[in-house]
Amino acid sequence: MRLLRELAFPLVAVVAAFVVGGVFVLLVGDNPLRVYGLLLGSALSWPDGIGYTLFQATPLIFTGLAVAVAFRCGLLNIGAEGQLYVGAFACAWVAIKLGGVTADVFGKPMGFSWASLPAVLLVPLAMLAAVGAGALWGAIPGFLKARFGSHEVINTIMLNFVAVGLTSYFTQYYYKIPGDPILQSVSVGEAAHIARLGSFVPGLPERIPLNVSFLLAIIACALVYVFLWRTKWGYEIRATGANPTAAEYGGISTRKQIVLAMAVSGGLAGMVGINEVMGYRYRYYEGFSDNYGFTGIAVALLGRNHPVGVFLAALLFGMLQRGGIFVDAFSESVTKDLVQVLQAIVILFVAAEALFRGSFGRFGLMKRSKV
Amino acid sequence: MLELREITKRFGDVLANDRVSVRVEPGTIHAIVGENGAGKSTAMRIAYGFYTADSGEILVDGQVRSIQTPHDAIRLGVGMVHQHFMLVETMTVAENIVLGAEPGTAAALDLERAAREIRALSEEFKLSVEPRAMVGELSVGQQQRVELLKALYRQARLLILDEPTAVLTPQEVEEFFQILRRMREQGKTVVIITHKLSEVLAISDDVTVMRDGRVVGQVKTAETNAADLARMMVGRDVLLRVEKPDAKPGDVVLSVRNLSVTVEAGGRGVRDVSFEVRAGEIVGVAGVEGNGQTELIEALAGLVPHERVRGTIELEGRDVTRAGARARRESGVAHIPEDRHRRGLLLDFDLAENSILGDHYRPPAVAARYGVLLDTEGIRRRAEEVIRDFDVRPANPLLPARALSGGNQQKLIIGREFELNPRLLLVSQPTRGVDIGAIEFIHRKLVGMRDAGCAVLLVSAELEEVTALADRLLIIHHGRLVGEVDPKTATHEEIGLLMTGGGKTKDEAEG
Amino acid sequence: MNDTIIATLIFFLASTVRQATPLLLAAMGGLYSERAGVINIALEGLMLAGAFTAAAVTHYAGNPFVGLLAGIVAGAAVAAVHAVACIKFKADQVVSGTAINILMIGVPAVVSGAVFLSSGSTPQIPRENLIPWTPVLIAFLLVPVTWYVLYRTPFGLRLRAVGEHPEAADAAGVNVNRMRYAAVLLSGALAGIAGAYLSTGQSSLFTRNMASGRGFIALAALIFGKWRPVQTMLACLLFGFTDALATQLQGVKLSGDEEIPVQFIHMLPYVLTIVVLAGFVGHSRAPRALGIPYVKER
Repeated sequence: MRLLRELAFPLVAVVAAFVVGGVFVLLVGDNPLRVYGLLLGSALSWPDGIGYTLFQATPLIFTGLAVAVAFRCGLLNIGAEGQLYVGAFACAWVAIKLGGVTADVFGKPMGFSWASLPAVLLVPLAMLAAVGAGALWGAIPGFLKARFGSHEVINTIMLNFVAVGLTSYFTQYYYKIPGDPILQSVSVGEAAHIARLGSFVPGLPERIPLNVSFLLAIIACALVYVFLWRTKWGYEIRATGANPTAAEYGGISTRKQIVLAMAVSGGLAGMVGINEVMGYRYRYYEGFSDNYGFTGIAVALLGRNHPVGVFLAALLFGMLQRGGIFVDAFSESVTKDLVQVLQAIVILFVAAEALFRGSFGRFGLMKRSKV
Repeated sequence: MLELREITKRFGDVLANDRVSVRVEPGTIHAIVGENGAGKSTAMRIAYGFYTADSGEILVDGQVRSIQTPHDAIRLGVGMVHQHFMLVETMTVAENIVLGAEPGTAAALDLERAAREIRALSEEFKLSVEPRAMVGELSVGQQQRVELLKALYRQARLLILDEPTAVLTPQEVEEFFQILRRMREQGKTVVIITHKLSEVLAISDDVTVMRDGRVVGQVKTAETNAADLARMMVGRDVLLRVEKPDAKPGDVVLSVRNLSVTVEAGGRGVRDVSFEVRAGEIVGVAGVEGNGQTELIEALAGLVPHERVRGTIELEGRDVTRAGARARRESGVAHIPEDRHRRGLLLDFDLAENSILGDHYRPPAVAARYGVLLDTEGIRRRAEEVIRDFDVRPANPLLPARALSGGNQQKLIIGREFELNPRLLLVSQPTRGVDIGAIEFIHRKLVGMRDAGCAVLLVSAELEEVTALADRLLIIHHGRLVGEVDPKTATHEEIGLLMTGGGKTKDEAEG
Repeated sequence: MNDTIIATLIFFLASTVRQATPLLLAAMGGLYSERAGVINIALEGLMLAGAFTAAAVTHYAGNPFVGLLAGIVAGAAVAAVHAVACIKFKADQVVSGTAINILMIGVPAVVSGAVFLSSGSTPQIPRENLIPWTPVLIAFLLVPVTWYVLYRTPFGLRLRAVGEHPEAADAAGVNVNRMRYAAVLLSGALAGIAGAYLSTGQSSLFTRNMASGRGFIALAALIFGKWRPVQTMLACLLFGFTDALATQLQGVKLSGDEEIPVQFIHMLPYVLTIVVLAGFVGHSRAPRALGIPYVKER
């Protein structure tokens, strides 16, 4: 019954978003039912649809969890976008520096590395780099808020741009193969590649980039749940978010919790880099994020800032991303950008929760758990 | 002038006003008295359009009027000065006064004319303020004058004043009453909300007494006296009795020397306070609210940043002045905070989670001394203990704290704090908003704690409560301790005089 | 003296002013909204709405002023969504703003896909139909006008009161929500002009995501300028200058083969904002009620 109530509101918001999106589709001259059929049908086919849907969902699980952890501490992390860039770059950096990379530059070999570590060392190190760098980047606005009281929303937005600038600078001047017209790093060492699920799931072709980091994402969901609800640290973070003055009364340093929550949040966002660098492109590619950080806000809100909800919401948005490509290909007038529109409407509806309370409250559907 | 008929107003489950009827005659000063939470402010906020009543009607000048917003009230000549001033601190006096009723055209605000008009008004009512001054830089008394001018500028014929004297010194109160009399002479009608009987008798022509959201009587001031009014306000003339044996004070547990606490804004802070609390005694602190009690208790609980605290706080001989809240708890200080929603509870957390707040990092909340994982079983057992020993209802540890009544929330907090087996118990307003049954229960528990050898420091705005519970009574005024009395022998008049700054300071009394 | 140096200076100055213009328009828009207490991180999306609409309408109408007007209307209309969500439904203002930003990445792209069969851009507008200077003029005129409105009119007085202490404004008979609606719509209209300038002034068509973070820089300028018109203008000029500088230095080689890393110049506004917010350089205090929906028990 409680589960039903928790699910009811997000479902209503999604349905409402699809209705509004449908009107929009009608206005630009296509049949919404056909478009939605394309969208969902193509995302659920086996193996390509499901494989790509889960692949698209992977970064969204990480960013959704990132936003959710910060939110539980009463913080709005708009900076997952920057944190994931920094995480991905650090991941690639370790995988290049310690991965024994040599590239062919104008016919001559050029070394990029200090060492060539075996996979058993390189894989965990590169993963740690992604998490650590993301955590550090997240901790900065946490620290600024705890120490100076400056608002984390503004600082995370600003740091997004700084992250993009810094990673772009280092890529362009230090880790790009000279002469490469694309702003991307040299390939990382092969020892840093992690397995695609296709290599051991029967029926799933290896060309689908769904990789081990999807399993990491599921583990991250479980760990976040345990961290928030089953450890004293999680208790302190949630207490700070629920009522900071009461938390202080309980001997909790709310300042520490703010920094901690932002660091954990940033670390989770940084894990997007594992999927991107170690499981997909095998290099740092500038501007790779398809607004994962911002979509993470939608994922977290729709998922009620709970790991299970985040997982489900990420799957939904993963489906939309995947299906969007087919809408592009098979609809005359609707492009895959419809997906962005749907996501935005979902966020608006979830944020303006009161909109539904009025009309559904009567049926006891939307009642907050006030008992 | 103003009449409320059968006004009823609910906030959630609380019936704030129950068929309230008040009749204010033109050209009079009308007092509305009652204890905290009696519904006085709610009724007047409804008259000013700040709240809308669920039912009932409002008459102005004998006609039924619809007052949905303050704008409506202002148009009908009703003005209100709120207990917490409604002033924009970053704007000037003139800007604040004319806000919403600006002189000049839509394209040009005529602040010169505003300043002229304000000066004329100040002259007329002897309310001197500088129109160009920043409101944030004014004293509280001056800000109050700005509020009055704001209402007068809108040509209010009826002024509603909510607890206007709470922020004033006795001298200022006298001056303020002069102003009110002057207004009455000029034909204005004044409604003054207060809980101080002396003021009612000093200033008003008529009195309406409220209790528990209802009007219990409206009388002419000349035909009543303090005792009658008090009986009406409280609804019982027997004093609260607490059965307790004489205290057997032991060693000094808390020793406070020259403690000063500065505050950021508003409030009074604590100034140079020294006292001791011994094991096995309850020391009460009596005073009008906002005279530094909150800051005193929070400083003792380790909740005030140490750069704002001066002096020393010793606990069983150890200096804990710079220790934080957690360290204080570990050395045996429990704290029942004055505002249970703000400080005491995590309303969205369940009872089990609330029962370990402050104790959540050590057994039984976690399995081992330095454990990280919460011990769900241990937490549940702790919660069940608290619920059983303190009769918290409903007895379901999985309910959110929000679902409990005020009394049960308070019992949960007290139970949690008692689990610490404290050496020192800081108690602030333990029975505020709590039903009679729970009050007695809580009082018994506090005395029980004392008899078990705990040192108890009790702050309460209810004079009856402190005098009934305390073994020694300190009186605080403007952040200073101004006297100590024996609650068994001292009369309420004596204590009341000290509370309002009418007595000598403690040092003078001793020296 | 040296004609080329003077010419370069003038060119540089003009370039600074042109880069500062969209920032200034959006920042003035943000100023109205935020001084009334509504956070507007949707400036980016509002600019995109204005940019797309202005370019599309100019293409059809053949008149850039009709396009400009359409851009204003579009900005205000999208801002109305933000306003209703934040004011009526008490949505979190940051979340709503983020949604608007995402929405305005999607909507122009879908519409242009349907109408112009392109992937997110409008057709080229002929040169004679561009308005390279009108918005610049509007932007810089707006500064004294905003100052006057804010500090010398009843509207401005009420606006500031609503952003600082809405209860006080309410108690004084001011309709808090109506003021906030007006402020947010105004901010949408101004951001719409900013967008129109991007697509029909600085360039000659709408391209996907063409605001490219200017909405956020405008927000940064607003904070940097302490939510005051003149200081905000100075901040916009500073950020416009860094932009012009970065463009100038793009690809310029230092001694040897080293290029000047323009990324650092681009980062400057953001870093400065963080520094100012932390209180290292003066203190920037937000309107007190910023971000807090006005809820009162009734």
